[in-house]
Amino acid sequence: MKTEHTPFHPRWYRPRVPVFWWLRRRSYLLFVLRELSSVFVAWFVVFLLLLVNAVAQGPEDYRRFLDWSATPGMLLLNVVALCFILLHAVTWLFTLSPHAMVVRLRGRRLPPAAIGAGNLVAWMLASALAAFLILG
Amino acid sequence: MEPFLWLLFSAGGVLSALLIPVLLFLFGLAFPLGWVSPPDHAHLSAVLGHPVTRVALFGFCVLALFHWAHRFRYALYDGLQLKHLERAINLFCYGGALAGSAVAGYLLLAVL
Repeated sequence: MKTEHTPFHPRWYRPRVPVFWWLRRRSYLLFVLRELSSVFVAWFVVFLLLLVNAVAQGPEDYRRFLDWSATPGMLLLNVVALCFILLHAVTWLFTLSPHAMVVRLRGRRLPPAAIGAGNLVAWMLASALAAFLILG
Repeated sequence: MEPFLWLLFSAGGVLSALLIPVLLFLFGLAFPLGWVSPPDHAHLSAVLGHPVTRVALFGFCVLALFHWAHRFRYALYDGLQLKHLERAINLFCYGGALAGSAVAGYLLLAVL
């Protein structure tokens, strides 16, 4: 690409944006924190696979996994992760999808609040099912 | 390709929002801190070993990893303005998701 100044080409106007542009406003910061929640989604997959592996190896390894998850560093990491995951879940289920999803019922668009309420029910059912399966 | 990746991102976002809070609360906080007593090995092994659980967890892992890949890619692009490192970032994100999916498939479908 030719970018140098010539008599016939005006110079491009490109204001420089600072790297930490997202610290300037609360809404920008919230956007970046929401994007960063994905890192903790990935961390949870790793954590889950370590648990699966420990259970597959036998009772001894499962015990060791439980002890390891009770160490201060792991507790701190998982508390931080849970905060980010909750930010993701709340914004995804109640802010994003009610406005992004267009559900039509008898030719009329369902209001966003109804989709949010449906998501809340789905969230509670999924949590109850998972807890029931694990705790038996 | 982009719409397909977005679909994976979106499906992973829904599943992560529905399932991770309860699982992370139980295994990350409630069991380690003794608020709830953890299930014994035999029970958890039976639940995890069921074919439906294994397939469901595998699907969840794949979609959640691609959710991370897609979102983290844009966080690096826009948040840190690393557009010029596009290739390396794509390789890291989607390659990481693929590798993670392979590990998940091995553990959930072969080892367990």
